[in-house]
Amino acid sequence: MSQQSRTLYKTMLHLGKDYPGGYPYFRNKLKNAFMKNSALKDQKEIDSAIARGEFVIKELEALYMLRKYRALKKRYYEE
Amino acid sequence: MSLRILVGVKRVIDYAVKIRVKPDKSGVITEGVKHSMNPFDEIAIEEAVRMKEKKIAKEIVAFSCGPAQCQETLRTALAMGADRGIHVEVAGPQFDTLQPLHISKMLAQLAKDEQIDLIIVGKQAIDDDCNQTAQMTAALLDWPQATSASKIEAKDGSLQVVREIDGGLETIKVKLPTVVSADLRLNEPRYATLPNIMKAKKKPIKKLTPKDLGVDVSPRIEVVTVEEPPVRLAGAKVENVDMMVEKLKALGHA
Repeated sequence: MSQQSRTLYKTMLHLGKDYPGGYPYFRNKLKNAFMKNSALKDQKEIDSAIARGEFVIKELEALYMLRKYRALKKRYYEE
Repeated sequence: MSLRILVGVKRVIDYAVKIRVKPDKSGVITEGVKHSMNPFDEIAIEEAVRMKEKKIAKEIVAFSCGPAQCQETLRTALAMGADRGIHVEVAGPQFDTLQPLHISKMLAQLAKDEQIDLIIVGKQAIDDDCNQTAQMTAALLDWPQATSASKIEAKDGSLQVVREIDGGLETIKVKLPTVVSADLRLNEPRYATLPNIMKAKKKPIKKLTPKDLGVDVSPRIEVVTVEEPPVRLAGAKVENVDMMVEKLKALGHA
């Protein structure tokens, strides 16, 4: 596993601690996704897989932010 | 402008956790429950960090008061972009009866000690919902206050703040130094990523006791009882419109 993908994996594991479906579920999914790409040799393919991972990170951050915002809005603001 | 900003952050039970009351009704269960930074305080930190990125601020000091685990909350604040942390340790029964007034006194003292120009706090914490800290801090320091801020613009020596008030918005101008409390729509806080949390471990956290700040935290109140909100009653199904009208009439709605 390259340094780059290792960092990505760790970052995503950390993000998974807040996952609505639970950390174990997320960890399994993440591991499977990484295992599926473990045989990649071509640098171009690896790069695109990592770019996809970084996209997922952004999506997760947006998901958490929106979820928190909505929960607070529902609790404190009437509309 | 190069402001020194003090941001108050509180460690609360995570917003997504289902709160449970202790069987003896003395409080809520906190052991083994996920805690995180109060969401309104995240917004406060984010605003300070954005001010620093715009070169309006030069230093951000994050402050938290509570048990040792508050250091984690401070780390999150540092990971989001605060420069250093101050942790005032209060634990056990004293922490249970800690009131916004105590925090305000600490913030006021720190503001003097650290030559702070701007204090930003969340407008309220999601655990006790007090919404008092900013107001009392401003009073203790005799500084102007801009509470429930949904937009902040710095203009030399003052801030123009848009406030959320009942049924609309209010724009006010306050002279610095001042106290601001952050409302929900002020900004969208960034996520504290793992690399940033690692980097934040190098940032300093100063540990103080309430005594160092001249604040007496001995309990003045006693929690008599904490109770769960009433459970929502189940509804009933009706066969057709006529039956519904009948039911509504019986309930006095029509």
